Amino acid sequence: MLDTFFFWAFAFLVVAGALGTVTFRNAVHGAVGLTASLVGVAGIFLLQGAEFLSVAQIIVYVGGIMVLFLFVIMLVNVGRSAGERRFSPNAKLAAALCLGLGGLVLYFLFSRPLVLAPALAESTPAQGNTERIGNALFTSYLLPFEIVSVLLLAALIGSVVLAGKRPEA
Amino acid sequence: MIANVHYVALSAVLLVIGTAGILTRRNLVVLLMSVELVLNAVNINLVAFGRHLHDDSGQIFALFVMADAVAEASVCLSLLIALFRNKPTVLADEVDSLRW
Repeated sequence: MLDTFFFWAFAFLVVAGALGTVTFRNAVHGAVGLTASLVGVAGIFLLQGAEFLSVAQIIVYVGGIMVLFLFVIMLVNVGRSAGERRFSPNAKLAAALCLGLGGLVLYFLFSRPLVLAPALAESTPAQGNTERIGNALFTSYLLPFEIVSVLLLAALIGSVVLAGKRPEA
Repeated sequence: MIANVHYVALSAVLLVIGTAGILTRRNLVVLLMSVELVLNAVNINLVAFGRHLHDDSGQIFALFVMADAVAEASVCLSLLIALFRNKPTVLADEVDSLRW
């Protein structure tokens, strides 16, 4: 019962925030909507028993990415969003196509029972969520984990090179 | 009762909203924020199916997607700054120097 309530509350937060992100004229307002949506997604993770992911979502997205977005908005967007058109000329067609796609997906989702692969036998886990994630990350997923760290290093160097001051060539 | 299908449906709705944002908005910053919405929709799906299968792999992959989103956001935003230095606009359809 409580699960149901929280699901709908977080789902509302996610969808309303996302709609705000897409439709608000001012990019800063859009960023606030995106923050609400990301917090809602963190709540959804929490409802599904993914505590580690939920906290990581808050730290990484709300603490990191959103601050980055707000900084960039302040750098490039100052006061210029007042008079201009928000949507591209063929926005109506694109929005109609998206609505059609979404309606189709939702129709097929709810028109018949969702057939999933049979679940493995549920065993009461001996460890908490964070402990299991850590174990899996450093055993079965060690190579992808290291590759991700190389990716992040590349992204770090790349953004410094791209955004940094260029010496006069 | 909230079943798995609700989470999948929420993910589909979020995906559609994000895609609509990418396709319709002109502001490049808003475009990038819509990409984050799409990646979050993927994460909800991964966690939902992982929970259904009683397997933690879904959460691990969601973690990787998150790291990917961070890399994408940082590189794209610095590209945006580099672009803004050359041409002071953040509107996607005004960046047309390479257009024939």
